[in-house]
Amino acid sequence: MRYIPALVLLIWALCALGGPFLPLEPNAVDLPRILAAPGVESWLGHDELGRPVWERVVVGARTSFVVSVLVVAIALAFGTVVGTLSAWSGGLWDHLTVRVIDIFLAFPGILLAIALSGVLGPGEKNVIIALSVVGWVGFARLARAQTLTLKHREHVRAAMALGSGTWRILARHLIPLLAAPLIVEATFAVAGAVIAEAGLSFLGLGVQPPAASWGSMLRDGTRYLLVAPHLVLAPGAAILAVVLAVNLLGDRLRDRLDVKTRK
Amino acid sequence: MIHFFLSRLLSAAIAIAGVSCLVFLLIHIVPGDPVEVMLGESAPAADRAALRQSMGLDRPLQQQLGHYLTGLLRLDLGQSLHSRRPILELLRERIPATVVLGLAALAVALSIALPLGILAALKQGSRWDMGAMAFSMLGVSVPNFVLGPVLIMVFAVWLGWFPVSGTGGSGALVLPALTLGTALAAILSRMVRSTLLEVLGEDYIRTARAKGLGEAAVVLRHALQNAALPVVTIVGLQLGTLLGGAVITEIVFAWPGIGQLTVEAIQRRDYPVLQGCILVISVAYVLVNTATDLAYALLDPRIRLGDGQ
Repeated sequence: MRYIPALVLLIWALCALGGPFLPLEPNAVDLPRILAAPGVESWLGHDELGRPVWERVVVGARTSFVVSVLVVAIALAFGTVVGTLSAWSGGLWDHLTVRVIDIFLAFPGILLAIALSGVLGPGEKNVIIALSVVGWVGFARLARAQTLTLKHREHVRAAMALGSGTWRILARHLIPLLAAPLIVEATFAVAGAVIAEAGLSFLGLGVQPPAASWGSMLRDGTRYLLVAPHLVLAPGAAILAVVLAVNLLGDRLRDRLDVKTRK
Repeated sequence: MIHFFLSRLLSAAIAIAGVSCLVFLLIHIVPGDPVEVMLGESAPAADRAALRQSMGLDRPLQQQLGHYLTGLLRLDLGQSLHSRRPILELLRERIPATVVLGLAALAVALSIALPLGILAALKQGSRWDMGAMAFSMLGVSVPNFVLGPVLIMVFAVWLGWFPVSGTGGSGALVLPALTLGTALAAILSRMVRSTLLEVLGEDYIRTARAKGLGEAAVVLRHALQNAALPVVTIVGLQLGTLLGGAVITEIVFAWPGIGQLTVEAIQRRDYPVLQGCILVISVAYVLVNTATDLAYALLDPRIRLGDGQ
C-alpha cells in the first residue's frame, strides 16, 4: 500500500518519457472497431474514430507529464526568485511585488489560465505559458513570507557582516531553508497543473487533434456516454490516479518535512 | 476597527482597479493583430478599419486604457462582436444561472462537510474518521470534468433519475451542484475536522467538561462556535475556486451561465465579451473575499473589540 502512489507516478513518468520509443500507433484508425468496447484484443477498446484507447492514454501521459513538470519548474524558479528578492530588498520594490501578487490572486486561477490560453490560441506551448503565468504567484507569496521570517536570523546577519553579496546570501543561506515548504507546495502544484492541463484540453484549448491528451479524450468521450462509457472512464481514471498519487505523496512529504505554514 | 474596515476596502478597490487593467491588457497579448484574429484574414480592409476604430485600437495605449476604464465606471463594457448586443446585457442574462449553481454547490458542500468533519473529529482515529479523510482525499483529487461525466453516466444515463444537461426543472440542478460542490466539500470537511480537533484540545473545553457539562453541550455550545470562524474564512476564500470551477462544470452540463458565455466568447474570438466575463467573475471574487474578511472581523470579538488590527 505504501508504495502505490510512487508506483503510479513511476508508471506515469515511464509512459511519458518512454512513450515515443514504444511501438504505439495512437492515431491508427481501425474502422470496423469504432466505439468497440474493451475486450481481449484491445483491452481499453476503441474510440469514435476507431483509434485504440489504451495507446492514446499512454501517449496522453506524455502531454500531462511534460506540461505539468515544465509549468511547476518555471513557476517555482520564477516565483522563488521574485519572492525572496522582494522580501530581501524590502521598500518600494517589495511593496510593488505585493501589489502585483495581490492582483494576480484576485483572479480565480483557472479562470485566468482559461482567458490567457483562449487569447493566446490553443496548443501545448500556450498552455504552458498560461499556467506558468498563473502559477508563479503562489510560490512568490510563500517564498516572500518565509524570507521575511528568515532574514533576521543570525546566520544571515553573520553572512552580511562577512560581506557576502545579495545573490550569495539568497542562494547559500536563504533558499536552502525555504526548500522544504517550497517542495511541498510544488508537489501539490503538480497535481493542480495536471488538472489544469486536462481542464484546458477539455475546453478545447490544449493540444490539438489528432494529438492525444487525457482532457481532450474526455471531451470527445462525453458525446458517447450511452454507448461507449470506456471513452470517459479510461482517461478519467488515468487523471484521477495521477492526481491522487501526487496528493498522497504531497501529504506524506508535508508530514515528513513538518511544514506548517501552508495555507 | 474603522481603520481595519477602511484599509480592507481600500485594498479591495486597488485590486479591482488592477484586475480591470489586466483584463484590458488581455486583448493586447493576442499574437498578431487582434482585429485580424477576430474578423478572420479574409475580411475586407474597410471592415477591419471600422472595427479597429470602433474598438479604439487605432489610438495610443494609454488613451485606450483611459477610455476602457471610464467606460467601466459608467458600467459600459462595450458591445459583443458576435451578436452586436451590449455586453452588460449578455452578462445580466447569464449571471443568475451561475449564482444559482454556485449557491447550490455551496449548499451541497456544507451539508456534506459539516456532518462529516464533525463526526471525524469527534471519533478521531475511528473508521468514520478514516472514511471521511479518504473522501476528502478523493474529493480534492477528482477534477469536475471527470466527476461530471461519471455522475451523468450513472444517474442520468443508467438510472435516469436526473436530466443529462440543461436547466429544465429543479432536478437539473442536482448533478451540476454535486459536481461543483464535491471539491469544496472535501476541502471543508478536512478543515472542519482539524479546527474542531484544535478547539477540543483547548483549556476551556477541559473546563466545560470538568464542570460536568454533557458532551453534546460541550461540542455544540463551546467547540463548534469557536471552530466556525476559520471555516467561514475558508468558505470565502474557496468561493473563487468554485467560480473558476463553474466554467468547466457549466460546459459539462450545458448550464447557461457566465462560464459557458466565457467559453463561447473564446470560440467565437469575441474578445470584448471574454473581457467582460473575466472582469465580472474576478470582481465578484474580490468582493466575496473582502466581505469574508469584514464578516470575520465583525464576528471575532478579538478584532471587533481589540485595537483595530
